[in-house]
Amino acid sequence: MQSSITNTATRYGWAMILLHWLIGVIFIGQFVLGFVMMRIESQRTAFELIQLHKSFGFLLLGLIILRVAWRLGNQAPALPPSVGALERRAAPLAHFALYAFQIALPLSGWALVSVSTLEIPTMPFNQFVMPDLPLAESDAAESFWTAAHWYLAYAGIALVALHAAAALRHHFLLRDNVFKRMITPSSGGE
Amino acid sequence: MKPRILGLAAFAACLAMPVYAAVALSDAAGSYTISPSGSSIRFTIGKAGGGGFDGAFGRFKGTIRIDNSDVGRSRVDLTIYPESVGTGQGRIDSFLRSDAVFDSANNPEIQFRSTSVTRTGDTTALVTGRLTARGKTFSEKFSAELDGLKSGTIKFHVTGKVLRSRYGMDVGTPLYSNVVDFDMTLMGKRG
Ligand code: HEM
Ligand code: HEM
Repeated sequence: MQSSITNTATRYGWAMILLHWLIGVIFIGQFVLGFVMMRIESQRTAFELIQLHKSFGFLLLGLIILRVAWRLGNQAPALPPSVGALERRAAPLAHFALYAFQIALPLSGWALVSVSTLEIPTMPFNQFVMPDLPLAESDAAESFWTAAHWYLAYAGIALVALHAAAALRHHFLLRDNVFKRMITPSSGGE
Repeated sequence: MKPRILGLAAFAACLAMPVYAAVALSDAAGSYTISPSGSSIRFTIGKAGGGGFDGAFGRFKGTIRIDNSDVGRSRVDLTIYPESVGTGQGRIDSFLRSDAVFDSANNPEIQFRSTSVTRTGDTTALVTGRLTARGKTFSEKFSAELDGLKSGTIKFHVTGKVLRSRYGMDVGTPLYSNVVDFDMTLMGKRG
């Protein structure tokens, strides 16, 4: 049986699965990194971690653009019939919100460094200079985008926790294939 | 250790440059104390993507000694207090003072002690010396140009490049250049 790159009517293809878990790990990693770097004692380590956070943020933005493009060009697998009416309506909304957070978080981070009066350049993984967004720099704008980034990060991670809990509920309590289909890709036969 | 000299003034006078000709050779020779009010120590660090950031040290002290018989025996001796760094951006200043850069709490002084002075032109000289920062000492070179000489005061314009990584201050490279461009005006008052 050959695993398929594209989604089918009932299963995710391996491209979606790969992107889901790659982005998932980096997204949660970004939250942890962001949390730690703001609380660390050493200013030097904090500076370096913030640059790393920016690098992974841009990597994430690239992966997410890819993911959204791929998702729009693919059918989404339908939920199994056992899934109730409420969840049937809530799941697509939750997934849409997860996509929104994935885009809004890197963008708000980018806006924050663009308007910062510190004018620290951004070089993803020390490879090239990422230009700033064309936004006016000021202390007020920096506080605004810092707050926006903060709220988005905390709200986003709360939704991810809910999302992961829902997935685990499918696997351990409902014992349907919703969780498994995000692990084992669709095959030609389905 | 007694401060030695920077012998440019002697040369300038020697060559009877019109501007300084009025000053007798014997007037330039001697010992000068760097006056903070007439002096400044500024620096620039280039940034990736263009531009750079500028800063200055507000507090420093030092002496210049001009030996008119042997320029090579002229001396300059400078102590900078990194705590006094200023860039116009408070958050950057506290970052520079922290253990990320100067660690000024544990290393309150940056010192320069000249080891040789070589004449490079009518009013210019190359000053080599030992720079000590954060407990590390390396040889550095600065170009000095005589910028004014009146009875009782002497002024030099001093420039030079220092690689900060050698002093354990490589944080931020390559976003910020490793090269620190110094631009100083040192005004000495006799005595
Ligand atoms: C999905 C991607 C991202 C996530 C999950 C994320 C998450 C976080 C979190 C949790 C914090 C710490 C907030 C706090 O507790 O104080 C933070 C701070 C920060 N993030 Fe992100 N971030 C992301 C992307 C980015 C990007 C792309 C950039 C820049 C290009 C960026 C720049 C920053 C900066 C500069 C801070 C420090 C804010 C401050 O000074 O208070 N982030 N981020
Ligand atoms: C860490 C634990 C996580 C688990 C256990 C998990 C599990 C799952 C599962 C089982 C699905 C399939 C749902 C279905 O079949 O309808 C799914 C879909 C999805 N997950 Fe996750 N996920 C996790 C983390 C994340 C993170 C961190 C994000 C993004 C911030 C995310 C975003 C999404 C999105 C957008 C979908 C919908 C995909 C689509 O149909 O377009 N997940 N997840």
